[in-house]
Amino acid sequence: MKNNYSIFSLIKNAFSYHENWEKAWKDPEPKKEYEAIIVGGGGHGLATAYYLAKKHNMKNIAVVEKGWIGGGNTGRNTTIIRSNYLWDASAGLYDHALKIWEGLSQELNYNVMFSQRGVMNLAHNLQDVRDLKRRTHANRLNGIDAVYLNTEEVKKFCPIINTSQDIRYPVLGGTLQRRAGTARHDAVAWGYARGADEMGVDIIQNCEVKGIKRNGDTVEGIETTKGFIKAKKIGVVAAGHSSVIANMVGLKLPLESKPLQALVSEPVKPIIDTVVMSNAVHAYVSQSDKGELVIGAGTDDYISYSQKGSHDIVEGTLNAILELYPIFSRMRMLRQWGGIVDICPDASPIISKTSIKGLYFNCGWGTGGFKATPGSGDLFAHTIANDEPHKLNAAFNLNRFVSGDLVDEHGAAAVAH
Amino acid sequence: MFLINCPFCGEREQSEFKAGGEAHIERPKQPTELSDDEWAEFLFMRKNIKGVQYERWNHAHGCRKWFNIVRDTSDDQIKAVYKMGEKPPVK
Repeated sequence: MKNNYSIFSLIKNAFSYHENWEKAWKDPEPKKEYEAIIVGGGGHGLATAYYLAKKHNMKNIAVVEKGWIGGGNTGRNTTIIRSNYLWDASAGLYDHALKIWEGLSQELNYNVMFSQRGVMNLAHNLQDVRDLKRRTHANRLNGIDAVYLNTEEVKKFCPIINTSQDIRYPVLGGTLQRRAGTARHDAVAWGYARGADEMGVDIIQNCEVKGIKRNGDTVEGIETTKGFIKAKKIGVVAAGHSSVIANMVGLKLPLESKPLQALVSEPVKPIIDTVVMSNAVHAYVSQSDKGELVIGAGTDDYISYSQKGSHDIVEGTLNAILELYPIFSRMRMLRQWGGIVDICPDASPIISKTSIKGLYFNCGWGTGGFKATPGSGDLFAHTIANDEPHKLNAAFNLNRFVSGDLVDEHGAAAVAH
Repeated sequence: MFLINCPFCGEREQSEFKAGGEAHIERPKQPTELSDDEWAEFLFMRKNIKGVQYERWNHAHGCRKWFNIVRDTSDDQIKAVYKMGEKPPVK
């Protein structure tokens, strides 16, 4: 049993100069066999292992990660959490996650710094206004909080926005989800890792999957850089590299992997206390607790695994940021980076069984997977444990690309993809 | 970010081009006879290769012609450029 993190443990460890904290998770060598193996040690993968152990009474689980946990898109995103999606299936999925976020720090005894500072989406033309109003109505019908704001209300909620009607893309209004916000991305991975480790999950880092062994239509285990590991159930949560794993068993997925960029500025005093996203000009911004502006850019339109993006994408985003927030004109950017996102044709994820027995995929989160981390883990764990999807992820199966029953959130999802 | 050698205009910045995705996906000759699985394969399923990939590009802000390139998606190095209808170079 791990010691609880509390004010008392903090004081106690202060006396030993914080040198005797127990390890949050072990670093074990893989066993020969597991009940289930999760491929990918990001937030979604670790959450899956956590809920498998916690809710489905599976104890012999491993998470294998080719690098270090939380080192992929979990540590590269702009940490926005919201559930204001248009379609019923998406609203159910993302609001399920948002509800778990609301109690996550307490559940994990790990401060994930979940901050419900609100997310505002801007409208810049009449069609945006219609789409955003439609979405607020759809959200309310699904029990998700959403309000439509006119230009004055936008300005009141976030005074630094330039609401002049003379700019190239004037602000005509916006939507606000007050329950939405941000969380600390690393803490989510670490919190789930610590929780899973406590329940006996082996978190195996620096262990790359090289192949998947199967007997006919049933999986038998994985070949890794640390040898062969046997398992009857394998859940793949490999984000941008999902197709690489799928190709190992001759599966093709409806995914394209593209670089998505983000950047942060030098830290400054508090200036923006919410998250503002703009679909049409593709700029979104929030401020981290350290004071950095966290800015999300768009994806490149070509497939690449290089974790770099093109400069013109960053340039376009910063143009839009400066027009909307002239006050940032002399801010200097500190860092820029890219992550590889796996995008589905309908911009909705896949949490699904496959044609191979015992092989499950959780992928296709594209540009917006972080917000879903707890819900995704919970539903994927349910799917793996029961060999059947939960009703909340039933619509997000692989077969929808054959049946045509797509969950088309392109453009509807309040952000351009 | 990289340079692309357009077979019609010469070397230009990648931002002048529009990526057209995986190349050599043939449009079904008999669309009415296709099963749902075959439609899914044609419309949605992609190799999404990490490594050497054959793909289509359009010089959108230049001559606006389509052509093919061979590119390593792990480091964005372009191996070959060839025109539409030409035989793809072997790896």
